[in-house]
Amino acid sequence: MSELKAERRPGPEQEIEHEIRRMTRRSFAWGAAAAVAGLAGWGWLRTRPVDGGIPWPLRRVLEFNEGLSRAFFNEARLATTFPVERAREPRVNGRIGLGESFDPAKWYLRVEGSGEQAATLRLGLDDIKALPRTETVTELKCIEGWSEVVHWAGARFADFAAKYGPAVGAGTLAVTERKPKGRCDYVGLETPNGEYYVGFDIESALHPQTLLCYEMNGQSLTPAHGAPLRLFTPVKYGIKSIKRIGTIRFTNQRPADYWAERGYDWYAGQ
Amino acid sequence: MTRLERKHPRPIRWLHWINVPVLAVMIWSGLLIYWANDVYRIGLGDVTLFEFFPNWIYRFFNVGHRLAEGMSWHFAFMWLFTINGFLYVLYTLFSGEWRFLVPNRRSFSEALQVLLHDLRLSKVEPPRRKFNGAQQIAYTTVILMGAGSVVTGLAIYKPVQLAWLTGLLGGYEMARWEHFLLTVGYVLFFIVHISQVIRAGWNNLRAMITGYEVVVATEETTHE
Repeated sequence: MSELKAERRPGPEQEIEHEIRRMTRRSFAWGAAAAVAGLAGWGWLRTRPVDGGIPWPLRRVLEFNEGLSRAFFNEARLATTFPVERAREPRVNGRIGLGESFDPAKWYLRVEGSGEQAATLRLGLDDIKALPRTETVTELKCIEGWSEVVHWAGARFADFAAKYGPAVGAGTLAVTERKPKGRCDYVGLETPNGEYYVGFDIESALHPQTLLCYEMNGQSLTPAHGAPLRLFTPVKYGIKSIKRIGTIRFTNQRPADYWAERGYDWYAGQ
Repeated sequence: MTRLERKHPRPIRWLHWINVPVLAVMIWSGLLIYWANDVYRIGLGDVTLFEFFPNWIYRFFNVGHRLAEGMSWHFAFMWLFTINGFLYVLYTLFSGEWRFLVPNRRSFSEALQVLLHDLRLSKVEPPRRKFNGAQQIAYTTVILMGAGSVVTGLAIYKPVQLAWLTGLLGGYEMARWEHFLLTVGYVLFFIVHISQVIRAGWNNLRAMITGYEVVVATEETTHE
């Protein structure tokens, strides 16, 4: 069509008709080629081997998005908070990992480190309660699309990590630094029976609103909401706010994540 | 006398047609996501005129129980949708095409005239220009809606990192509703757009495919 730059001069109608037909055929040929290429691309995408429940190219895009999100993540940016009267009881959505044979009296928190400070600790609820108590009233956002304002109380994960994390010796676990010396890259958490497990990038775990909670809406946690200790963070979808934590693992290897193995974004960050 | 008149530049045509499957994938994957919390309806108080969506729609289009899949497609194709729209705006700005598209002072009264004509309430013919007032308003609005989808989408995608934006839009729940409403807007636009294209006929549609329109030159049009 490049030869048709200027407006066509008036010509016999047949010639015009001939010309437009020629252009139409040409354009349709291009259109058909583009449509075939598009459909082939679509078919190719849909039939790629799955990686964590979705075609691998889509998984790569999620990881690309994650890279961007992590690059722009700023721990100083906080989730919107609300007056405490706005707090409501969230629906109980996740029961995975909360098997019936659980004895709260025998519960303890296992903390696994990484690197040079690798050590396994056993902590009780009192150890968590000894950390500075922090409260927040903010939205729990479910990956399904609903949200609920909830009043949480517990210890900041950052305070917990400063005391029990692997970088304790180095003493450089400042939340404002992007990658302080001695800081590990990830945190993995799982239920005592190992049936539910989530992975966190360290920045999100150390976000000041990420809490190890023992109270919800002014009451001790109920078993359905994750007693005796659960995580809550507004910087991830609710799937990452694991209930009934059994193990916390500081690691440099990307931890497994229950829902990321089932088609969801590993990062799931907000 | 008839002649061929150049109407739509090539980039406009390509970007327009590429947007068709891309927007379709965005709406389809958006539906897969929306299914997981399908709370919107048209109604007042206890009276519901229409709920988004009755179960038969999910079954008919097979869009239920596919949240994870929907999110993965949505967050991949969002790039194509954004880049395509961005290129379109950039092209219209640099080529000067925006002059045909952006409404001016006369567009609104002209749009009313076109509306009355198309509803067969008036016999005044719409002006013979590339885009009449109604088209200018519709095509500019749909571009703004595209930008709105990106902005409201970002607000629900990163409501903590972009808390200021989410707050500006009225909060997380409002932003989600706005994002959904814009999609309803596309569907309504699509219905009107398609029926207008059918009304306007083959010569008009062909111009979006080949770039050229066959013009029957009369005294009036030769002066343009």
